[in-house]
Amino acid sequence: MSAFAKSEANETFVLNLGPQHPATHGVLRVKLTMDGEYIVEAEPVLGYIHRMHEKMGENRTWAQFLPNTGRMDYLHALAYNHGYVSVVERAAGIAVPERAEYLRVITAELNRVSSHLLWFGAFILDLGGFSPLLYAFDDREHILDLLESVTGSRLTYCYFRFGGVYNDIDENFVAGTRAFIKRLRDRMPMYHNLVTKNIILMTRLKEIGPISAEMCRKYGATGPVCRGSGINFDVRKHEPYSVYPEFDFEVPVYEQCDSMARYMVRMDEIEQSLRIVEQALDKLPDGPVMAEKVPKIIKPPKGDYYHAVETARGSFGVRVVSDGSNTPYRLKLRAPTFSNLSLFGEACQGMLLPDALALMGSLDLVIPEIDR
Amino acid sequence: MIDYLREIISGTWSLFVGLGITIRYFFQPVVTVQYPYETLPMTPRFRGHIELVKDEETGETKCIVCGMCQKACPSNCITVNGEKREGVKGKVLTEYTLDFTKCSLCGLCVESCTPKAITFSKDYNLAGVRKEAYIFDLKKRLEAKN
Repeated sequence: MSAFAKSEANETFVLNLGPQHPATHGVLRVKLTMDGEYIVEAEPVLGYIHRMHEKMGENRTWAQFLPNTGRMDYLHALAYNHGYVSVVERAAGIAVPERAEYLRVITAELNRVSSHLLWFGAFILDLGGFSPLLYAFDDREHILDLLESVTGSRLTYCYFRFGGVYNDIDENFVAGTRAFIKRLRDRMPMYHNLVTKNIILMTRLKEIGPISAEMCRKYGATGPVCRGSGINFDVRKHEPYSVYPEFDFEVPVYEQCDSMARYMVRMDEIEQSLRIVEQALDKLPDGPVMAEKVPKIIKPPKGDYYHAVETARGSFGVRVVSDGSNTPYRLKLRAPTFSNLSLFGEACQGMLLPDALALMGSLDLVIPEIDR
Repeated sequence: MIDYLREIISGTWSLFVGLGITIRYFFQPVVTVQYPYETLPMTPRFRGHIELVKDEETGETKCIVCGMCQKACPSNCITVNGEKREGVKGKVLTEYTLDFTKCSLCGLCVESCTPKAITFSKDYNLAGVRKEAYIFDLKKRLEAKN
């Protein structure tokens, strides 16, 4: 059917939203059936960058799959690292030193801030405002420099190891992180003045793109999407892992269910993540960053293991089935954005096209993670 | 009616507040670096592609051709070959090739290396038009350094 073919019963047409070129990293195609400017039906078409990560996991040793985890959600790679190493540690019964857990939390939370900052810039870009992206990237650059100085890479980190982390932090990192926390706290009012209080943004987001709590439950939406619909769920609080119970932080929840609520959840989460990093730096214990007795070739005992972590986009779960050999028998990855995108088709029915794009931006989609 | 007018006034004010911020930043120092005329120093832990380490005593490679890096690599991009020579204990390295087209810079090879014979280089200006430009003969690179 051509893009402008008319049927006799009603005058709808099909509009292809995307995909961009396959060489770009995020390719999503949405097939929209439009009635004029209004959306009648939306169907996300996935799979353009499917890389069979789950199958790759079953063909590699446990340690060799580690670099893959950072390449699913390239914006919050460390949380994916965390999910995978945690499930393997649970399976193999490896105890992690406390300092290593603190380092994991510090780096993962910094990574969460950088992910939210990038989303903030890209989201405003989707709405047609260019300059906030540059401010966000200025701050994000500081986080990338900090993380590069400990992990050695800037985007697809592979910092966590079974039983600890790759290497220890130094004084420069601690001082740099404290300076960065102060800097971002000083700049947050600027972001709110520049963007949040802007009348154009408010009219484009308030009461636009409603996602009810029932819809979130139906599609399994997690993360800021469900917290913007009044569901208080955060894996860090409700199924605590690592050393998160030792920190005092809040889970921002907004009841409005619109795009503005999801925007506010993420902006508040930046502040909460900074609080966690600050407390972790204060409490940072001394000691080794790697467990002493980690076998070189890991062979977890037979069984079925699951571990979930909270990423910037929602709950990421890894299920591994071990048959006692040096490769996983089955590796299942539960990606949050896949569920968050699934509700888009229902949520955008009857919406205007620019409003639907605002709704899509507020879901914070990372396409390589949907396709895996 | 009053609410409507109030929204127009506060809305217009919010736009001027935003403009004020951009104007203030316009007169502040530039935060970007004019690459390639200026470059930033690399962090010591930067993970580039791998490189052979020179043994300070002998001037040769420290590699003992155990093949652990080859086994640890998830993408099979390392090829190591060695031969027995008379009068020399252990194997002597004859070939160390890195297929950088497949490498994902995970660093598992460096961690697996017991004699610490490989390390990360600081090269990041890697651009080429042919695939062969990314098949690195690390042994030759080490010899060229000497």
